[in-house]
Amino acid sequence: MQDEVTQLVLEQALNGLQFGLMLFLLAAGLTLVFGIMDCINLAHGSLYMVGAYFVAAAAQAADSFWIGLGAGVAGAALLGLLLELSLFRQLYKRDHLSQVLATFALILIANEAVRVIWGAQPVMLNPPDALAGPVELSLFGEAFFYPAYRLVIIAFGLAVAALLYLLVAKSRVGMWVRAGASNREMTQALGINVQALFTAVFVFGAALCALAGGLLGPLLAVQVGMGESVLILAFVVIIIGGIGSIRGALVGSLIVGTVDTLGRALLPTLLRALLPADAASTLGPALASILIYLLMATILFFKPQGLFPARA
Amino acid sequence: MSLRLTALATALMLAGSVHAADSLKVGLVSTLSGPGAGLGVDIRDGFTLAMKQLNGKLGGLPAEVLIADDQQNPDIAKQAADKFLKKDKVDFMTGIVFSNIMLAVGPAVFENKTFYISANAGPSQYAGEQCNPFFFNVAWQNDNLHEAVGKIVQDKGYKNVVIVTPNYPGGKDAVSGFKRYYKGKVAEEVYTKLGQLDYAAELAQIRSLKPDALFFFLPGGMGINFVKQFVASGLSRDTQLFAPGFSADEDVIKSVGNSMLGMFNSSHWAHDMENAENKRFVADFQKEYNRLPSLYASQGYDAAFLMDGAVRDVKGKVEDKAALQKALEAKRFKSVRGDFKFNSNHYPVQNYYLRAIGKDASGRVTNKTMGTIFSNHADAYVAQCKMK
Repeated sequence: MQDEVTQLVLEQALNGLQFGLMLFLLAAGLTLVFGIMDCINLAHGSLYMVGAYFVAAAAQAADSFWIGLGAGVAGAALLGLLLELSLFRQLYKRDHLSQVLATFALILIANEAVRVIWGAQPVMLNPPDALAGPVELSLFGEAFFYPAYRLVIIAFGLAVAALLYLLVAKSRVGMWVRAGASNREMTQALGINVQALFTAVFVFGAALCALAGGLLGPLLAVQVGMGESVLILAFVVIIIGGIGSIRGALVGSLIVGTVDTLGRALLPTLLRALLPADAASTLGPALASILIYLLMATILFFKPQGLFPARA
Repeated sequence: MSLRLTALATALMLAGSVHAADSLKVGLVSTLSGPGAGLGVDIRDGFTLAMKQLNGKLGGLPAEVLIADDQQNPDIAKQAADKFLKKDKVDFMTGIVFSNIMLAVGPAVFENKTFYISANAGPSQYAGEQCNPFFFNVAWQNDNLHEAVGKIVQDKGYKNVVIVTPNYPGGKDAVSGFKRYYKGKVAEEVYTKLGQLDYAAELAQIRSLKPDALFFFLPGGMGINFVKQFVASGLSRDTQLFAPGFSADEDVIKSVGNSMLGMFNSSHWAHDMENAENKRFVADFQKEYNRLPSLYASQGYDAAFLMDGAVRDVKGKVEDKAALQKALEAKRFKSVRGDFKFNSNHYPVQNYYLRAIGKDASGRVTNKTMGTIFSNHADAYVAQCKMK
C-alpha cells in the first residue's frame, strides 16, 4: 500500500513537470512579446494551434513524426515572420484595446482558416511507434510504468529551458532582450535595432508555440479551438511569474503545472474523506479546476508584479 | 441596379410570405463551427445526401433546406430557430446536436405547432413529463447507449469498473444510464472538467485502482485525448475500454488511429450493417464526402427519410397537423439501422448493438458489429409521458 501511494505521487509529480514544461514553451514566447513589446497577443494560442496542424500535416506527408515536427516548426516560424512584418509591427504603437481587438480577430480568422483547410474534425498526429507505449521507470527505489512519449516531452522542455537560459542570460542578444524588457526607450537610445529584435523575438515565440503544439499533438486532439484553452493558462503563468521574465515564466509554468495536476489528482480523494460522496464528486472537480486561479489571486495579493518582475 | 435589387428583394419577400402548399421548407439548425462542429457537420451532410437522393423533394413536393449554425450556443440557436419559424415559416425543423440547446429551442417550436425531428439530441425531459406531440427523435434517448454499455459490461462479467465522464449534466446522465444495467462494483466515478485536455492525473489515479474495465463518456476532442493517453500509459494491457458509440465512431477513430483497436462500444447503427438502405447510404456518403459516415450522419439521413415518408403519406397536406403526426408515428420509411418503431413518447424502440474496433479487409481501422445487446429496447422515461 505504501509503495502504491509513493508510486502515485511520483507519477503525478512527473505529470506535473511535463505539463508545466509544455506551458513554459507557450508562456516564454508570450511573456517576451508582452513584456518587451508591450503587446497583448491573444493570437498566441492560434500560433500553437496552427503549429500543431502544420506538424500533423507535415508528419503525414513525410510519414515521419520528427521530420514533421521540424517542418511544422519551421512553417510556423515563417508564418510568425509574415504576421510580424504585416500586422504586429503596426500594433506595437497602438493601445492595448486595439491590440486585443486585432489579435482577437486573428483568432477567429485562424480558426476559420484551419476549418476550411483541414475540416471541422480533429486530425491525426501519432507519436513515433517506438515511443507509443510505456517504459518501466525506476525512481527512488520505486519501479513503475510511465508513457515513454511523456518522458520525451519532459526532455524537450528541459532542453528548451536550458537553451533559453543560455540565450537570455549569457548571450548579447539575450542582454538586449532583457534590456528591452526593463526599459525599451533607453535600449533604443543606446543604439540597439529594436525593430529587428522585436521581429526575432516574435518569430522565436511562434516557433516555440509550434514546438509545443507539435509535441502535445500526439497526446491531445489536434482540433480547431485548441489554442484558446491553453492561452488562458499561459496568461495565468506569465502573470504569476511576472510579465517579461523568462525565469518567471519557467517558475510560473512549473507551479501551475504541478498545482493543477496534483489538485485534480488529490483533491477529489481528499474531499471524499471529509464530505459525503455525492457532495465530494460535485465539489472536487469544480474546486480542482479553479485551484490555479485561486493560486494566481493569492500570489498577486502578495506580489502584485508577479514573482519575478522584469521591470523591478 | 438599385432598382433591380429592390425588385429582387420585393420578390423574395413575397415568396417568403406566400406559403404555397406545393413546396416545403425544412429549417436545419446545427452546430457547424467550434469544437463540436464535427457532429453537426455530419448530421448536415447526412441530411443533404438524403435530399440529393430524393432529388430535392420530400414526399414528392419540392423542398428547400435552410441551414443555420448555432455555434453550440443556445441563444444563437434560439434566434436562428425563431427566424425559421416566424419569417421563413418552415414545415419541419431538425439538426440540433446538444440537449441543452434542444431544451432552449423546443418551446418556441412546439408553440408554433411545427414538427421537430431530432437527429441527435434526446433529452430525458422530452421523453418523460415534457413529451410533446410535435417532438420526434429519430436517433435514441440520451441514456440508451450508456445503458447498452452497462448491460454488456455486466454480461461479460467485469467486476471492478471505473467511470470517467465530464462534470456536467450529460455526464451524470451517462453514469445513471450505465449503472441502470451494470450492477457490479464501481471503484470510482471520475468527473473531469468539461473540455479538459490532459488526463495524466486521472490515469495515474485509475492505475492505482486497478479496474478490469473502464467506461468513459467524453464527447468530441476530450475522448480523443483520453484514449490516446490511456493507451500510451500502458493501462490498456489490464483494463478493457468501453464507451458509448459517440466516443468511438469514425470521426474519433480517424484522429486516434491504432490506439483504439480492441475497444468495445455500443450503437444503434453501424456502417457495416447488412441491409440495402444502409449499403446505399454508406457507399453514396463515401462517394460524396470521401469519408466513412458516423452515426450522426446516419441519423441526419434517417431524419430526411422520416419526413419524406410522412409527407407522402398525407399526400402533401402538411397543414393537417393531426394527420401528419399520425403519419410520422407510423414511420413510413426504411431506416439504415434496420427496423425500429416509435414509442408513445415519439422516441425509438430499437435494437442496440455491440461494436468492436478492429481492422477491416483493407487494413483500415474501423468499427465491426459483434452482436446485439438489447432487442426492441425502450427508454426509461416513457411511463412518465402523457402524450396529448
